[in-house]
Amino acid sequence: MKTRGSFGSKLFDAVNIGLMIVLIVVMTYPLIYVFSASISDNAMVMSGQVVLWPRSVTLVAYERLLSNPDVWISYWNTIRYTAVHTLLTLIVTSAMAYPLAKKWLPGRKTILLMAAFTLLFSGGMIPTFLIVQNLGLLNTIWAIVLPSLVSTWHLFIMRTFFEALPEELEDAATIDGCSSLQVLIRIVLPLSLPVLVSIGLFTAVNQWNSFFDALIYLNERSMYPLQIMVRNIIIASSNVQGEGNTAYIETLKYAMITIATVPILCVYPFVQKYFVQGAMIGGIKG
Amino acid sequence: MKRSMLKKHKALYLLMLPGILYYIIFKYVPMYGVIIAFQNFSIGRGIMGSKFVGLKHFVDFFVNTPDAWKLIRNTVMLNLYDLLFRFPAPIVLALLFHEIRSKRFKRFVQSVSYMPHFLSTVVIAGIMVTFLSQQTGIVNHMLSWLGFERILFLGKPEWFRTIYISSEIWQTVGWGTILYLAAIAGVDPTLYEAAKIDGANRFQQMRHVTLVGMVPVMIVLFVLTLGHFMETGFQKIILLYNSMTYETADVLNTFVYRRGILSADFSFATAVGLFQAAIGFILVVTANRVVKKYSDTSLW
Repeated sequence: MKTRGSFGSKLFDAVNIGLMIVLIVVMTYPLIYVFSASISDNAMVMSGQVVLWPRSVTLVAYERLLSNPDVWISYWNTIRYTAVHTLLTLIVTSAMAYPLAKKWLPGRKTILLMAAFTLLFSGGMIPTFLIVQNLGLLNTIWAIVLPSLVSTWHLFIMRTFFEALPEELEDAATIDGCSSLQVLIRIVLPLSLPVLVSIGLFTAVNQWNSFFDALIYLNERSMYPLQIMVRNIIIASSNVQGEGNTAYIETLKYAMITIATVPILCVYPFVQKYFVQGAMIGGIKG
Repeated sequence: MKRSMLKKHKALYLLMLPGILYYIIFKYVPMYGVIIAFQNFSIGRGIMGSKFVGLKHFVDFFVNTPDAWKLIRNTVMLNLYDLLFRFPAPIVLALLFHEIRSKRFKRFVQSVSYMPHFLSTVVIAGIMVTFLSQQTGIVNHMLSWLGFERILFLGKPEWFRTIYISSEIWQTVGWGTILYLAAIAGVDPTLYEAAKIDGANRFQQMRHVTLVGMVPVMIVLFVLTLGHFMETGFQKIILLYNSMTYETADVLNTFVYRRGILSADFSFATAVGLFQAAIGFILVVTANRVVKKYSDTSLW
């Protein structure tokens, strides 16, 4: 759009930039405050003397958290749930999407319909819970990984991506004696890296952030993921060791939020591109 | 013939096997499991051995549960508020983003606004709980500096919907603009030229060209939102509500969670869940039909 230079147009720009600055403040202030509060003196935080910047900097809340074995265990749990979930999801989804991209495969339509049907209908919370319980998965990593293993949207996105790949390459490989599995691993997947990375990141961030499956399927402390720890410390307000110690009762909460969020915020600048890409593919198909 | 087909493509079918098993075990078996809504299900007897009781649990809910009406009202209200306030927010923001002249500033604001999307529900609820705390939260400190009374935000039913919807907007507004911006990018630039020649100022261009270009995406997202109409955000509600705010915060899904998972009242909870899913299904089908009739965009 060319600059018209009229007064109205300039006013429009000024108001817009003003609104955007408000937006930036609203989006970042809570996170800055959380971080400042987490390294400030507890009394200062409780009495409202910390507004933006930290006051009387101290790391006592972090020391407290990091000396708690439960925090480390939950961190490790989240890492392994995320890693296993992402890896299995990519394997199972791509293995299922690849044959579905073959338009000539008998039975393809039926299977696609079977998957699409689940977008409209589901058994709901309780019947799913009963299956997980019946299979004896409660309190295992599989209760977290298996019930949400394949996302139908992701399956369709991947299938669409595979369909667009040139068939000649695969034919050539088949003539050279590659099996279907070899074609998938050696030809198709390397060409599909963008979509694999997008879907892998979506799955990983979702799993890192999820808490509800853990809430209903896990009740052993040693299995809790990070998000459940955060919930217990802040929302259910059960203190980790030392009920009501005034040196860190409030700042502990802010430190816990920070610890749970930092990994996501660290990778965020690098993965944002893939996410936007993924959201677009999903959106266009959806 | 069929057997030879299977043999020929055996490898391909084998590749699909784990995925198909997933769908059967975790999607279709639970769908079959919905029949426990019509039984007096007990874990010991299983689905096969439990007695059928017809619509007993539905009657129990509608006639004998004093909270039934409240739950339905809260579910509908919270979702209406969601449609009314959260749904339009990214549309407005996308329009504003589009009008930013500096490319670098635009990219920066976008990145900042996407960020909350990546925070977990627990973290966002945690931020709300700590910020809104009556004695120690920063929001109440600010209120008291300005001379207002401190408010027990999370203990007052009249505040719950506001708190819930604002946190939803904060989290989703930026990310929600992505699809709208893609739609705007697809608008034919000559339309702007034509509008300018017709003497449209920037505000008029925004209304008659940009906004109109976003309509198909709006329709699709609207129908999709209606598809989740009955289940919106109950994970966040579980984190934010408490018995003091049940009056406005308790929805069908949170009730299903408490009765089904916490009290192990499986059949009754499944019946309530089924009622909720049925309403949701009717809504999305109706919305899609209406949309199809009045425009050329629809979900299916």
